[in-house]
Amino acid sequence: MPFIPHTEKDTREMLQTIGADSIADLFDEIPPELMIEHLPHVPHALSEMEVSRLMRQRARMDGSPMCFIGAGAYEHHIPTAVWDIATRGEFYSAYTPYQAEASQGTLQVIYEYQTMITELTGLDVSNASLYDGASALAEASLMAVRINRRVKTGRVLLAPGVSPVYLQVAAAIAGAQGLTFERLPQDAKTGNVDFSALPEGGEPVAVVLQQPSFTGTLDDVDKITNWAHEQGALMIAVVNPTSLALLKSPGHWGDEGADIAIGEGQPLGVPMSSGGPYFGFMTCKQKHVRQMPGRIVGRTTDLDGNPGFALTLQAREQHIRRSKATSNICTNQGLMVTAATIYMSLLGYEGLVNVANTSHANTALLADGLTALDGVERLYDGPFFHELALKLDRPVAPILTALAGKDILGGLDLTPIIESDALLICATETKTVADIETYIAAFADVMKNDA
Amino acid sequence: MSDLPGDLLYTKDHEWLRREDDGSVTIGITDHAQSSLGDLVYVELPEVDQDIDEGGEMAVVESVKAASDVYAPIGGSIAAINEDLADDPEKINSDPYGDGWIVRIQPSDSIDEGALMSPDDYQQFIDDLDD
Repeated sequence: MPFIPHTEKDTREMLQTIGADSIADLFDEIPPELMIEHLPHVPHALSEMEVSRLMRQRARMDGSPMCFIGAGAYEHHIPTAVWDIATRGEFYSAYTPYQAEASQGTLQVIYEYQTMITELTGLDVSNASLYDGASALAEASLMAVRINRRVKTGRVLLAPGVSPVYLQVAAAIAGAQGLTFERLPQDAKTGNVDFSALPEGGEPVAVVLQQPSFTGTLDDVDKITNWAHEQGALMIAVVNPTSLALLKSPGHWGDEGADIAIGEGQPLGVPMSSGGPYFGFMTCKQKHVRQMPGRIVGRTTDLDGNPGFALTLQAREQHIRRSKATSNICTNQGLMVTAATIYMSLLGYEGLVNVANTSHANTALLADGLTALDGVERLYDGPFFHELALKLDRPVAPILTALAGKDILGGLDLTPIIESDALLICATETKTVADIETYIAAFADVMKNDA
Repeated sequence: MSDLPGDLLYTKDHEWLRREDDGSVTIGITDHAQSSLGDLVYVELPEVDQDIDEGGEMAVVESVKAASDVYAPIGGSIAAINEDLADDPEKINSDPYGDGWIVRIQPSDSIDEGALMSPDDYQQFIDDLDD
């Protein structure tokens, strides 16, 4: 069903039918003192022409540098067919229509998406998506509190490798609801959880592990998952979907598997676009499904026995449960999910494995070249996927500025985050051997001139 | 409408209470409530030994149409829960006054029967609702 907004005439007729003069009248029960004319720090609305001009200007400022930054958003090749299909009129809306079951095609796409994401994460059920990976962590933490009702502490323990940005977002969303987020101790050599110093007791409601970690390391997922369950906590996995083509899926972590898996869906066919829109994914064990936020599409049969798709388990949702709903999340990033579904369909299992393998090999090649230079070494030992932290013998920022002058985005400066002169690099399958050699040569040049 | 069991007390929230010999009180929802909700698919139960205030949320009954809270008609601690409902929530539909019981509460205070309805009063109450 194509997305057609209502016309002024439609609006007028609807207002007449319910006896209101204007749309503003519908909000007149909100006390005037609570109404805000303009939000501070939010600019006034621009016309389409003004926005287009502004965006063109900004895009020119970006230029077209070679990007070696990951840190949560990853540049992958997106087959042209993905957005050609996703932007067809039948799909080109961020929302499922209000009469969802009239749009069988939209529901089928979401159902296919859910099926693929559950396969990737090795868990039983998926919702129709969340806003992004960071807010998905907040939703997963709140969900863990609802499931793990015996535990009243609201303490969520985060492995050292959980993204600091995810922590900020989760604390902002869930902090006001009584949750606290604390870091588990870190092994300085590996960057991972320090198992010799794990806290006992304290009744954590959930333990969160990000794999690969923010700095690219790989932790012992089995050991942490089993430890979390021994503490009576739920295990929340934060995962990169591309990495799951190679790494153990959360459903198989430890003896019982992670309870909830979440992550950023952007690597699956969504362009980096200066930070969004992206989408978050979430899957969980069947037994937790009633505490899962968001919409779920199910497959069913109609009265004539024909297969069809329907929203299911809606009793958890805000239009029925009102303030007691599991969340105010709906289908969310439907368009991004459509793109991800087409992306995964086009690549298939083998394609995703190729992307993951090539990204790993490219990052390894880049790391070998850079660590061969004087003053550059790996920050942490151990295996990695497609991202790696390097320790430099000097401040990182001037190096990155010099590289940017050569049209290379050289990585993320970790200095403000880990208080060490460190750089986070990533080379996905979009980089050729020549690109990587160009980067290494430029880096060597910058280091020499800086010395 | 089936006959209301004569040995029970009733609430305006369509719950029934039965005093047990050991002083505890068994609680469920009435036939009128289950038929209004429709086929139940899930029941969320409290924890045994959990303390609950009068009027506090005690359980959630979910049908294909809606999820509704069940409020505690008396305060006390949860002495038992009907674990069979986890697999067979429809027992509330088929036998609301028997196998479909929800929780058993050990009351913290003596029960104020004035706040509860006899079978006749409850019958009148739901007849009035239907008018």
